[in-house]
Amino acid sequence: MFRTNLVRAAILASAASICVSSANADPVDQELVIDGTLKIVTKTAAPEGHPFDEVLSGWLFRTEETRAMEADSFDNPGMLRVEEGEALWSTVEGTAGKSCASCHGDAAESMKDVGAAYPKWDEASKKPINIELQINKCRTEQMGAEAYEFDKGGQKPLTAYIKNQSLGTPVAIDLKTGEMQKWWEMGKETYYTRTGQLNLSCSNCHEDQMGKNIRADHLSQGQVNGFPTYRLKQADLVSLHNRFRGCIRDTRAEFPKAFSDELMALEVYVTWRGTGLSVETPAVRQ
Amino acid sequence: MNFGLKLAAIAAIVSSTSFANAETVAPDDVKLTDGVIAASLTGEEGDPEEGALIFASKKLGNCLACHANTAMKDQLFHGDVGPPLDGVGSRWEAEEIRAIIVDSKAVFGDQTVMPGFYSLKVGLNPRKDLVGKTILSAEQVEDVVAYLATLKE
Repeated sequence: MFRTNLVRAAILASAASICVSSANADPVDQELVIDGTLKIVTKTAAPEGHPFDEVLSGWLFRTEETRAMEADSFDNPGMLRVEEGEALWSTVEGTAGKSCASCHGDAAESMKDVGAAYPKWDEASKKPINIELQINKCRTEQMGAEAYEFDKGGQKPLTAYIKNQSLGTPVAIDLKTGEMQKWWEMGKETYYTRTGQLNLSCSNCHEDQMGKNIRADHLSQGQVNGFPTYRLKQADLVSLHNRFRGCIRDTRAEFPKAFSDELMALEVYVTWRGTGLSVETPAVRQ
Repeated sequence: MNFGLKLAAIAAIVSSTSFANAETVAPDDVKLTDGVIAASLTGEEGDPEEGALIFASKKLGNCLACHANTAMKDQLFHGDVGPPLDGVGSRWEAEEIRAIIVDSKAVFGDQTVMPGFYSLKVGLNPRKDLVGKTILSAEQVEDVVAYLATLKE
């Protein structure tokens, strides 16, 4: 009984602190420096044609505790998953007897800043390709291994490990290659389309109501520079397409398949909306 | 799922899908003119106590997600996407409140973020099991209207 009351008191205390921090209507004015050395761009001038003047990382919208967790790589629970990804990088799989490292060597060199430029145009499939699909392409075409199923196997940790090699690098995708501009347009269309019984679009919350609170949730710009992101709610890394689907599901709509054309286009468009923000993978969020 | 929860779930399904009362107006037949729905959707007055539950429930109205309400200050986390509803019953007539809940876009314009709680004008690809269904039943809308009318300045 005594113990139960203690637990209750602890829950109430933490709920109260969340309440206070999420009651802030504005993002915080604070710098993110990881491990006291790596400066992260969490606020920068928006690219031309952007609906906002400034793009803001979701980090600025989270509680003090959550922000502190990301600022210290030992406290960031997502880093354990990044370490799993590091082990996968040099794990031999498939009929060719190769690992990622067999071709790409040390990821710290070969993958440096690579994640900041994805998604990019893939000439072979005539579609944009993201890190997850690029990994699958290597696995099936070079390693003779099975493609990872969505969110399964090593997909999340390996993606996080590769993107983590761009930690701090500003997001900059190339819309001039291939038909990237067309996919950007398609993604924009999706971003502004209301879905589901609740009749909501991405823009309704992350553009029109940015900075406001939906119950305990402080609405950010919905930036994707930290994915795969460690979400405290799931106590795990969460992939971008999982989050896209979660948001669409919450409008009470049928949601598209991961890596479908619709969600790939959305990834292109939303990544562009975060141009100039540092890659934060693995970011820590609520 | 325990028995009580099961009962509650069944009750929720029944109340949101059936048009039990012969007087009940179907969503597409609601007459909303000049920001007003003059008559009760069920022909009867709502129950304010029931309305308070629907207002706070995340599964039903979830009104607190966007609107603060000092009368419910025991509940954590009131949203601020919409205006606070303190004193809403003094600022608006019940006929106006009804219209805003039923189809806010018909009152405030298409850009409004608030969903229509008794409207079939929904977004793309609604979940299959929700096609042709409204967020709240006519009875639930009337209960919320009755509750909001009690919030006086």
